[in-house]
Amino acid sequence: MSATTSTPVGDTERVRAMLGSADAGRKRTDRMMTGLIYAAFVVAMIPLVSLLWTVVIRGIERFSPYFLSVSMRGVFGGMDAGGIYHAIVGTLVITLVAAAISVPIGLLTAVYLVEYGRGPLARVTTFFVDVMTGIPSIVAGLFAFALFAIFFGPGVRLGVAASVALSVLMIPVVVRSSEEMLRLVPNELREASYALGVPKWLTIIKVVLRTSVAGLTTGVLLSIARVIGETAPILITAGYADSINFNPFEGRMATLPVYIFTQYRQGTVPCAPGALDCVEDINLMRAWAAALTLILIVMLLNLVGRLVTRFFAPKLR
Amino acid sequence: MAQRIDVKDLNIYYGDFMAVQGVSMTIDPKSVTAFIGPSGCGKSTFLRTLNRMHEVIPGAHVEGKVEMEGVDLYGPDVDPVAVRRSIGMVFQRPNPFPTMSIRDNVLAGVKLNNKRISRSDADDLVESSLRGANLWNEVKDRLDKPGSGLSGGQQQRLCIARAIAVKPQVLLMDEPCSALDPISTLAIEDLIQELKQDYTIVIVTHNMQQAARVSDRTAFFNIAGTGKPGRLIEMDETATIFSTPKEKATEDYVSGRFG
Repeated sequence: MSATTSTPVGDTERVRAMLGSADAGRKRTDRMMTGLIYAAFVVAMIPLVSLLWTVVIRGIERFSPYFLSVSMRGVFGGMDAGGIYHAIVGTLVITLVAAAISVPIGLLTAVYLVEYGRGPLARVTTFFVDVMTGIPSIVAGLFAFALFAIFFGPGVRLGVAASVALSVLMIPVVVRSSEEMLRLVPNELREASYALGVPKWLTIIKVVLRTSVAGLTTGVLLSIARVIGETAPILITAGYADSINFNPFEGRMATLPVYIFTQYRQGTVPCAPGALDCVEDINLMRAWAAALTLILIVMLLNLVGRLVTRFFAPKLR
Repeated sequence: MAQRIDVKDLNIYYGDFMAVQGVSMTIDPKSVTAFIGPSGCGKSTFLRTLNRMHEVIPGAHVEGKVEMEGVDLYGPDVDPVAVRRSIGMVFQRPNPFPTMSIRDNVLAGVKLNNKRISRSDADDLVESSLRGANLWNEVKDRLDKPGSGLSGGQQQRLCIARAIAVKPQVLLMDEPCSALDPISTLAIEDLIQELKQDYTIVIVTHNMQQAARVSDRTAFFNIAGTGKPGRLIEMDETATIFSTPKEKATEDYVSGRFG
């Protein structure tokens, strides 16, 4: 208080003037930057909205329970029939098997890197995970194809071969994201657990993994979203089929991306004039509807992931 | 059930760096021993070697002996996990497990070890531990709420309850009140006085009044300079340390002329 009384009147006024005046230049910059950032956001949203709009508008034409529940068996030409049941089955089976291969490997690698990894082995592992991230998907497909050709002879087409190809792409994504999540777990929690006389392996399972399970789930779902749309490696390894196949260990399998690709490649059908059961652009319509289904499946997966995250996230109250 | 700890010529290293040199001391059972000294002098490091928490840090190791009732804790056939079960620890910042309820936090030592415990035994253990930590009355109606919803002081008492639920002989406290307000600090200090009936307590503190209030014996650590190892300067009855210490450095420190 004594400081205020001893301050000369002039000083007080100067301080008041300074507090009241706004720096015009800074305000201008602030407005300009805000505008720029909003503009960038809009520019980024345009392709996304446009893409969704196109897929929904074009896909909805052919999208129906019938379309979801039948295969392409016995469908030819411009027939007003056929669906994607076989491709949905193939997509789910191949992706599920791929996840069953990659999640344990990826998660254990991440646990090794975060909790145990010291020295050259950890560095080499990190390096090769980075290298794996950059593998083009077609190369992963060729690798899986060559691997299965050794055991089953050349020209083999199996769902599980596609899963192996996809897990080559998935593992580095799972390792990277899980590693980040495990590193986020505060060291204090590990120490709290050790101090209670809990061995390291139980600490990892019950404290570290349990605390980060929400983030791990997100990472796994992102990696699934990354591979569920792969076309090239699946075309090489699982080929394409018109009929339903639930068994990844036998015979060809269709997936949604490959289905979209083959339908689109067939293009329009020449219809005889006056033919009743013939739609000229049936293949394209099927391709768009399958694309819509693929997007819906990925969205559904994300939704499940959100629910898991919410359920397992640490609660405050 | 509290037990005596003898430390003989203990050198503590982080990799090649010697952090603490040549500590020898005796910690009496059922008493409170306080460690004081300037920051970086190795009090916390030394405390962590008493239950082998030190070696959780990569490259950290010790030379010398830490004996509890004549058994060298660093002997070849001693399991660090068993050591930590009999020597519990409370940390500087309260760290309840965020994914667990208050009840599960208290039972963490049992549950994390996959031990089976009957419902009634668990209830008894939760109540006795929380009563032991003077927290029962505050939380008995919300045992199933998350532990992270409590105030800082309550969280710290929850951590003490969690530590005494595994029934250790010794309780190490690493600046347990430094993140707490004076009222919570008082609650913890009262608690230390009660716990002393059953446990051997070792507390690191920066607050000399606290050391004077709660401890029976006080050890003063000091460091000669940056990069030099910390040393035990003097250890004696708390009253002696704060009134007539033998060493000049101790007197300077406790009278506030230094550090």
